[in-house]
Amino acid sequence: MKKRNWYLTFGSVLTACMLVFIALGFFWTPYDPGALSARDKLAEPSLQHLFGCDQLGRDVFSRTLNGAGNTLIIALAVLAVGFVFGLLIGALCGYYGGAVDATVMRVCDAITAFPSILLAMVVIAIIGPGTYNIIAALGILFIPSFARLVRGEFIKYRSRDFVHSARLAGVPAMRIIFVHILPNTWPVLLSGLTIGFNNAVLSEASMSFLGIGVGPADASLGRMLSEGQSSLFSAPWCTLFPALVVILLVLGVGMVGEGIRERIR
Amino acid sequence: MLKTICKRLGLLVLTLLLVTALAFFAFSIIPGDPTDTILGLEATEQQVAALRAELGLDLPLPVRYFRWLGDFLRGDLGVSYNFDIPVTDLLAGRIAPTFTLTLMAAVLIVLFSIPLGLLAARYEGGWIDRILTVINQIAMSVPNFVMGISLVFLFGLVLHWFQPGGYVSPESGLGSYLWFMLFPSLAVALPKSAMTIKMLRGSVLTELTADYIRTAYSKGNSRASALWRHVLRNAMIPVVTFLATTIAELVAGSIVVEQVFAIPGLGQMLISSISNRDYPVVQAIIVLVAFVVVLCNFLADALYRVMDPRLKGR
Amino acid sequence: MPKVFKRVLLLLTVASLLLISLCGCAGDTDNGKKDPSSAQSDELSDGSSVTVGIAQDLDSLDPHRALNAGTSEVMFNIFEGLMKASPDGGVIPAVASDYEISPDGKTYTFTLREGVTFHNGNAVTLEDVLYSLKRCAGSESDGTPLIAAFSNVADIAADDRGRVVITLTEPSLEFLNATTAAIIPQGTGDSQATAPVGTGPFSFVSYMPQNSMEMVRYEGYWGTAPKLEKVTFKIITDVNTLVMGLNGGTLDMVIHLPNTVAAEVQNNFTVLEDTMKLVQALYINNSVKPFDDVRVRQAMYYAINVPEIIDFVCDGAGVPTGTSMYPAFTKYFVPELAHKYQQDLTKAKKLLADAGYPNGFEMTITVPGNYEQHVDTGLVLSQQLAAIGITANVQEVAWETWVSDVYKGSQFEGTVSGIAASNMTAREMLERYTTGHSKNFIKFSNQEFDDVVSRAMTTMDMDEQVTLYKRAQEILNEQAASLWLQDLCDLVVMDPKLDGMTFYATYVLDMSTIYYK
Repeated sequence: MKKRNWYLTFGSVLTACMLVFIALGFFWTPYDPGALSARDKLAEPSLQHLFGCDQLGRDVFSRTLNGAGNTLIIALAVLAVGFVFGLLIGALCGYYGGAVDATVMRVCDAITAFPSILLAMVVIAIIGPGTYNIIAALGILFIPSFARLVRGEFIKYRSRDFVHSARLAGVPAMRIIFVHILPNTWPVLLSGLTIGFNNAVLSEASMSFLGIGVGPADASLGRMLSEGQSSLFSAPWCTLFPALVVILLVLGVGMVGEGIRERIR
Repeated sequence: MLKTICKRLGLLVLTLLLVTALAFFAFSIIPGDPTDTILGLEATEQQVAALRAELGLDLPLPVRYFRWLGDFLRGDLGVSYNFDIPVTDLLAGRIAPTFTLTLMAAVLIVLFSIPLGLLAARYEGGWIDRILTVINQIAMSVPNFVMGISLVFLFGLVLHWFQPGGYVSPESGLGSYLWFMLFPSLAVALPKSAMTIKMLRGSVLTELTADYIRTAYSKGNSRASALWRHVLRNAMIPVVTFLATTIAELVAGSIVVEQVFAIPGLGQMLISSISNRDYPVVQAIIVLVAFVVVLCNFLADALYRVMDPRLKGR
Repeated sequence: MPKVFKRVLLLLTVASLLLISLCGCAGDTDNGKKDPSSAQSDELSDGSSVTVGIAQDLDSLDPHRALNAGTSEVMFNIFEGLMKASPDGGVIPAVASDYEISPDGKTYTFTLREGVTFHNGNAVTLEDVLYSLKRCAGSESDGTPLIAAFSNVADIAADDRGRVVITLTEPSLEFLNATTAAIIPQGTGDSQATAPVGTGPFSFVSYMPQNSMEMVRYEGYWGTAPKLEKVTFKIITDVNTLVMGLNGGTLDMVIHLPNTVAAEVQNNFTVLEDTMKLVQALYINNSVKPFDDVRVRQAMYYAINVPEIIDFVCDGAGVPTGTSMYPAFTKYFVPELAHKYQQDLTKAKKLLADAGYPNGFEMTITVPGNYEQHVDTGLVLSQQLAAIGITANVQEVAWETWVSDVYKGSQFEGTVSGIAASNMTAREMLERYTTGHSKNFIKFSNQEFDDVVSRAMTTMDMDEQVTLYKRAQEILNEQAASLWLQDLCDLVVMDPKLDGMTFYATYVLDMSTIYYK
């Protein structure tokens, strides 16, 4: 009897809702997210401004949509950088093994021993702030964890019969790696991706919260939370809505990951 | 046993060297010269050369690294570009709050996760388990600074259990210091506790299906006593490992949450030094944190070995 | 091996008990402190210690080398010159008891006050005064005056009656204001940066960069003794932290709090309003393209809407200036200039097209991130400039970076900040924009302006001087040397039990008049 995978169901629904919400922001926002309005400073949530307005009269709903979009794009870009390079390094190290593998893994260990956000801050200190630099900084730091994950999977499969027979049949190594082994690792990689995505969202939000993320003009959930904090008591809506969006997004994707892991088991 | 310890210690030293080298070289490739910052743009070439010699910048990189490392180990962390005073003076007094926060968070995680994890495993599938699973999943999704803001709002602004921003230094009262620090450490600990509870529940359930437990059952042990007597210890091992790997994240969490609670710790210093490109300060903080993290990992590894006799020979 | 396991459990139990008991005790003490004001009174049982939040770190403790207005504002309490600033914008005798200016305006003679002592207990001697003044004039170092106004000094000497005589190269009506430069003990020039010693109502105790500066009442002060015993300045660059510090009881007072957060504190604190006594502007680097073209600068000036900016950042309480002068300078301020450029997009677009940028351009506005007022102003400006096709990206930097890159290095295109006068002279606000002046960070260069200012500085006819300085301001406005905005509103927020705040016409915070009711 197959048990219903609640995680996957709920997670997918929630993630889909959030993605629709964020995607909406790419095409339409009720107001220009950067538009200031002296009249609406710290306006309470109303029919005109669903989520109220911030200290410069910017519409919190529009900014939340836009900020979540920015956060999403940054997170996906970070994931892409980390995943592609992690996949290549992990696959090659895992498939071939040997001294290079040992060295690469030692370096990966050293890097993952560091708190990732701290390292990202160091990279930002060296190359300066800005959206692309954040992507680069976080992307590089996400490589080791993916490399490790992929490597583990490849070690598991490289001594399997189907790999041996492919090798005996003279299939080129690259083909074995990407055509024969890789598809088998997808479930594990997918669940790793969901974790990575959440970490990327949280790291970006934390960095923007600390003021070393995106610039003051860009909407970002982290930055909105930091700006809203100074009027936490008089205008809690500036903080509440961006916080809810971060939590729901991370919750949804986290549950999808959990669902995938349950299915593998 | 002695051989293992030596080997582990060797590895520890190697990791520390690697970490410090990474930190040192990362800051050596920064474009621009510290002499520019110190002398200004209108300095003559002779002045620059003289200062470079004085600072040892004309030496080869590896030599500079070992010099810097030597100084570092003696407690000389360099001089801040911005304030022209030793980094040690700048950081003194800021180290304690950050690591107190980390430590309290770690203790809280253990306090929350062991009873709750066992409870969830004990009543697997029951309503306690289900409620815990839901709460856990949500708690895991809350970023620590959002948790911090919520705690400030609830306990600070609404309930007045503590004064938001009313940081109390340890000198002016240890009790009130720890009471104040309890809230930020909760903010760091809660999301991580959720993960730990889940880990513990999972590993206890795996252990429960192991052969020796079936034997225990067949001997007439109840589920509770099997749990208590046999399972917990083996199940603790992955949890301890998890906690050790989490220490790095706890330190990072402390640094972020400090900002929410206005705690004058390493975090504020780090952020302002990054914005000011005060590299010696950034470097010192990073290496300091790395030392703590690596040492914690080492201790956790040692604890892990003590707890799991199966690993003794290795 | 169950022993090990038991030990771990025991440890956990003990740790948890310890934690719970600690929380317990702390909880008990906390019960008595639920009301923030009672918490404060416990701490201040002596009734005379105040903690003030400031948003900017001190650049140097050495009074002759400090560059930032935010530093001299605070150090005003520790140092005094022969003269010192009075609230109305004039100067009153301090270390000197009396002064005399020769009719030709070239000789200033000061009689020293009896009974003035330094914080180290020593009486102020003629030698100390001569040393201090000579140090300002640069004769103690490489000859470059540490204080710009002293470049006009030809000689500093004592006369046979023990008075100090300063002889100037060019006559000056304004030099008296420059003698507010601090008097320090002879030979302490090199140690002032770490251990400042002056004659002010408070004496320096300690300073921790990025953290705090502490000073205590100087019991030997010659004038009216301050009522507070101890003042601690907390350096807090983040506005959230300032607000939390007030609400949390760690701060009794905050100066220059942005209007946007006033709502968060107004219920529990006294909020005093004034203006900051500075000129906030979008300062423009006149030496880089496209800003070297006056039409571009004027186009920008016509594109922006100053009243709207004032509404945003000051709820309408700021005062437009239109030039590098603020209203507290009643004698020199020209109110009409403030309304010279009314928002006119057609005109702005035409000017921009004439200059060769019909489609606008992209620029960066650098703002010091520790001042929310400037950051917000940058955002409003960016939105206004977009109307004529100028894409202005707002970039936040830390204060120290702002000082080194923007103010000292002129590495910027546009920047929003405030410029204050270190003494109450028009010269202080205008001479800085003469060609090649060391403080001319906007690299403005205009022959007529240079001439007018130099004539104003040397004339002995007060009316002529006023006319000339007014003309200089007109030039700055006509040339749109920068987009002069406003004298910002200033909020001083303090514990309702505190009183006695005195607002000055200059950028000064006088702690000596503040007391607990």
